Amino acid sequence: MEWLTEFPAMDKSALRALKKSIDGGFRAWTREHGDTVEAFFEPIKQMLIWSEKFLLDTPWPIILAGIVLIAWFASRSWKITLMTFLTMVLIGYFDMWDNTMRTISIMLVSTFVSIVIGIPIGIAMSKSDKLQSLITPVLDIMQTMPGFVYLIPVVMLLGIGKVPGLLAVVIYAIPPIIRLTNLGIRMVDKEVLEAADAFGSSAWQRLKNVQIPLAMPTIMAGINQTIMMALALVVIASMIGVKGLGQPVLQAIANQYFTLGMFNGLAIVGVAIIFDRVSQAYGKRLQAHSEEVHGK
Amino acid sequence: MANDAAASNSNSSIDIRGLYKIFGKRPGAFMDAVKEGMTKQELQEKHSHVLGLKDINLSMPAGSIQVVMGLSGSGKSTLIRHINRLIDPTVGEVVVGGEDVCKMGAGALRTFRRHQTAMVFQKFALLPHRTVLNNVVYGLEVQGVPREKQETEARRWIDRVGLAGFEDNYPNQLSGGMQQRVGLARALTNDAPLLLMDEAFSALDPLIRMDMQSVLLDLQKELHKTIVFITHDVDEALRLGDRIAILRDGEIIQEGTGQDIVLEPADEYIQNFVKDVNRARVVRADSVMEPGADSSTAIEVNCSDNLEVVARVMSESNSTTVNVLDENGQVQGHLNMNATVAAIVKQDTRHSTEGSKFTA
Repeated sequence: MEWLTEFPAMDKSALRALKKSIDGGFRAWTREHGDTVEAFFEPIKQMLIWSEKFLLDTPWPIILAGIVLIAWFASRSWKITLMTFLTMVLIGYFDMWDNTMRTISIMLVSTFVSIVIGIPIGIAMSKSDKLQSLITPVLDIMQTMPGFVYLIPVVMLLGIGKVPGLLAVVIYAIPPIIRLTNLGIRMVDKEVLEAADAFGSSAWQRLKNVQIPLAMPTIMAGINQTIMMALALVVIASMIGVKGLGQPVLQAIANQYFTLGMFNGLAIVGVAIIFDRVSQAYGKRLQAHSEEVHGK
Repeated sequence: MANDAAASNSNSSIDIRGLYKIFGKRPGAFMDAVKEGMTKQELQEKHSHVLGLKDINLSMPAGSIQVVMGLSGSGKSTLIRHINRLIDPTVGEVVVGGEDVCKMGAGALRTFRRHQTAMVFQKFALLPHRTVLNNVVYGLEVQGVPREKQETEARRWIDRVGLAGFEDNYPNQLSGGMQQRVGLARALTNDAPLLLMDEAFSALDPLIRMDMQSVLLDLQKELHKTIVFITHDVDEALRLGDRIAILRDGEIIQEGTGQDIVLEPADEYIQNFVKDVNRARVVRADSVMEPGADSSTAIEVNCSDNLEVVARVMSESNSTTVNVLDENGQVQGHLNMNATVAAIVKQDTRHSTEGSKFTA
């Protein structure tokens, strides 16, 4: 009656052999193609290095002024601008400026990569139900798979450093922008699309003049989500050598430095709030035409 | 450009021949059954396909307003969407200016839509993120006309529909009537000989609707476009339509001038449509006159005048008889007050007995 109490699992040695052969195969593949893969990601690596160098080498008052100005022009709100200024000043005062710059750098680059890859995928998905049913489960896996698990092949392939960190962040952060681009375009008013067709729009004119602009609020929500998720992964990414606010947190966990962990954690929260509020306010400002409604 | 439009006006007649539309997964499979007389209900219940249009044959001469009238679900919106092929037919031909729209390839169809047609929609279908000006230029923008010319044309039409000063407003800052003026200006700026109007005024208040009808009739006096106008409102149909086609369950059940339809409704369905119509505004003097001149009167009306005009002339001139002139000013017949009043109040007996029952 053993089969009733114990699940009739695969034979242990066979299972071990299976895992071993998959691992072996993958390892052999990475040894053979590791250089090619690395060469492929070289431009992204350069972009990461450049943006980090730019943020760190530029004198802090210029960066601070730049961030505050961007906050102002994107949101046109005194409250948000003032909050941005105070948060950045506090971060600097508690000696976390450099790490914050590193974190912002990887977040900006990974958001940029996510947008560049994610929006076209979202558009393609909105055009074909078949593609949608293929991509949706992949996105589900990307979002539910624990971060550590997909770090393993990435590290095997590219080692420890900036690029694998960026890949991990992009894999985790790209699903919302793909999903919401797809959703936004699918929700565009059929009547307006019909009007665009009736005037003889080409597929590109339809996309550029009607679908993207009308889906913009939803796409902006996706970008906002992507930024937030990228920041959330910063701590995990620090495990594979991504420098920034995540590393002191990791150190604090290992050594039980409560205050160190708290300060850096709060700095991540502060950066997250700044980017969230500013990008949301910008998204809302893009929708200025929907604010004043006739008769209301 | 104006010359082009005038030239293409002359061949922008529409000929719809043997048009069928079945909605569903395998429309072709039921064509023969429908041609042999399967009804809409039978098709729906047994095969869950919807018969949208059935054997539509309709000729619309260039430069006139053709109204297509019917209740909701009668297939009128489906019909108008076949003219610029927003909907593909199951079988049939839609010949516009000598060319079958249904046989065009994607590129030719796009060119046809850009240069030959413009459309006005029931719910306006404006681009909410664009200002009035940028909505109105849309057709020309898609055609690739230089921006400067787009704007001059657009401003001219914005002005014509009475929206000057609102160029920089967004659509949802405007009332429904004003939004539809934008829709009309957008269509007119396209400078296409064919204007498709799908229940264009149905979403508007009665007063504003009347106003927009006047705007359209005034414009048509100088533009002479071929206009296809969809409506469910019989008064609107009679006011705008040079000819009216009535649809029911995807079939045309009567086609003719407004007067034809009011005076000789083909069946009870149409009778119900027209029973509350103000006949004085529809019936023409020459359709009820007695032949020959009446020498006892010097008062004259034109043959195309409606009975409302005749009655006004009679009352103003204090005369009980008038002579009716044809287009050349020759006396064709005469009309007395009794005949005029009788023609205005004439109802079929069934309705009048019903009426008396209610008062009893």
